Amino acid sequence: MNTYAYRKLKDRLASALALACIIAALVPLVYILVEVIRAGAPAIDWEFLTSRTKGTGEAGEGIGNAILGTLLLVGYASLIGLPVGLLTGVYVSEYGNNRFGTTVRFFNDVLANFPSIVIGLLAYALVVDLLNVGFSLIAGSFALAIIMIPIVANTTEEALRLVPNSLREGALALGVPRWITVLKVLLANARAGVVTGALLSIARIAGETAPLLLTAFYSNYWSASATEPIASLPLTIFRNYNSPSDVLLQQAWGAALVLILMVLTLNIGVRLFMMKRKKNSKAVKKTWKTRLSLRA
Amino acid sequence: MKESRARLGAARADSLFELSVTVVAGLTLALVWTLVAKMILDAQMSISEFGPGFVTSGTWDPNRDVYGALPFIFGTLLTSGIAILIGVPLSIGIAIYLSELAPPWIREPLSFVVELLAAVPSVIYGLWAMYALRPVMVETIEPIFVALLGWTPLFQGEPVGLDKFTAGIILAIMIIPTVASVSKEAMMAVPDSQREAALSLGATQSEATRIAVLSYARSGIFGASILGLGRAVGETMAVTMTIGNANLISWSLLDPGQTMASLVANNWGEAQGLQLSALIEIGVVLFIVALVVNVLARLVIGRFTKAVPATGGGL
Repeated sequence: MNTYAYRKLKDRLASALALACIIAALVPLVYILVEVIRAGAPAIDWEFLTSRTKGTGEAGEGIGNAILGTLLLVGYASLIGLPVGLLTGVYVSEYGNNRFGTTVRFFNDVLANFPSIVIGLLAYALVVDLLNVGFSLIAGSFALAIIMIPIVANTTEEALRLVPNSLREGALALGVPRWITVLKVLLANARAGVVTGALLSIARIAGETAPLLLTAFYSNYWSASATEPIASLPLTIFRNYNSPSDVLLQQAWGAALVLILMVLTLNIGVRLFMMKRKKNSKAVKKTWKTRLSLRA
Repeated sequence: MKESRARLGAARADSLFELSVTVVAGLTLALVWTLVAKMILDAQMSISEFGPGFVTSGTWDPNRDVYGALPFIFGTLLTSGIAILIGVPLSIGIAIYLSELAPPWIREPLSFVVELLAAVPSVIYGLWAMYALRPVMVETIEPIFVALLGWTPLFQGEPVGLDKFTAGIILAIMIIPTVASVSKEAMMAVPDSQREAALSLGATQSEATRIAVLSYARSGIFGASILGLGRAVGETMAVTMTIGNANLISWSLLDPGQTMASLVANNWGEAQGLQLSALIEIGVVLFIVALVVNVLARLVIGRFTKAVPATGGGL
């Protein structure tokens, strides 16, 4: 039974099976993209993008306030998340060669893989409950920032680790203080990786839904107040996905299209741009992986 | 004199910078743990009311103000189980293809495309599942399973498409990028000498993969699966939109159910008082599960990377 022909057949079958697995994974991805474009594209026009959600299903519904809300949430979150994440990454890479550094690194890795709904609950505990602000833009941004911090920290750390030691030694040998070495030499050299990580973390938080449900809630009005509930693209989808009204359902698909375009443009754009700069491709690959929190 | 003062200033600036980055790095850590403490405090009302019975009681009744988490723990375990059962073998196949079989020029782009699955927001998975996957489930997949496995308790009832089975399948798709990427890294870290040894003994490619690669990368694949489990347990939106949201314990995958995460998402807006406290307690349970799963995965993968010398392919 164990003839060469039989083993060869088994080998072929195993290869075909592995190929089938990868096709099975790509089918949903392509199907999702096609379906979102097919169902979402008819909704998109200027009025749709600039008028607000009403939630009633009348004509003239749009997603303008949700787009604005998502931009505001991501913007405020970046204001907190980017600097904190960056400095944490600097600490872990440049000063963290000790017990505390290992601890910070470990918990950043764990936090990066945390269910986002738990992060939402944490943000609720602080901003909505403890500070008594209520469901608000600031609470939502805070939740998104907590998601962002470990991603930015890990990608910054990876990027800094790829900077050759000779640069550190060279700068220090020239009498440059350590902190200026870090800011002007190391970060400048690692900027491709750092920027990649920042953009990818923005793509990640733009699509987060569960934490916003728990913290920012929703508003059908144009709002930019930090202490008021605010609309967002993901929650527009969630509120309308099951709606009996065709207009509201169409609104959900339109919001899905805008959201997926934002997220995929960031992901693919960053990747393509960086692939061109071959020099940095290693840093980019690492950053990409770190974003997925796949590092051990 | 002047020069030494300048040097002193530089040294001071240096230690100031080090201090501030240390403080910032510690800040997140401290903040998260403070918030966890605050969460436990918020859950205190429910904890003292129901005690350990909270996780073994099957009643969730806002009218009588009695809350138990068993149906949701059950739903979480069952849907995550389906996700692992379907997602992990698929991911291992993908990882084998990407690390062993694919022509070199296609590996990079193909890995990128698989990882794009992780970039699609969860709420869009849910929307897609509702209108594209659900009809397929109702008309094709579920009837096939009922015909084949209708005699087991797992496939009782009518296929409706909004049930634990659909939720499990969506979760399986969502964990693929995580499990496949980490497994692929583990396989690529296997030294080529192992493959060459197997091949030189006359093994076919698939035999070499089984003997040399899979056994070597075993613990990495195991860690990858645990990470996938962590993702499945905490996933919220896609599950909420597909599981049918019914607080019942039923072994049939064709019945609707509820997971811990979907319960919190569904009831958050209107919950108050004891119910809110109970929801937060569920959040605490979820936190503990996620923490254990993640720390475990890190330890397993960490052991495996330490066992493998730094040949450049480590995670």
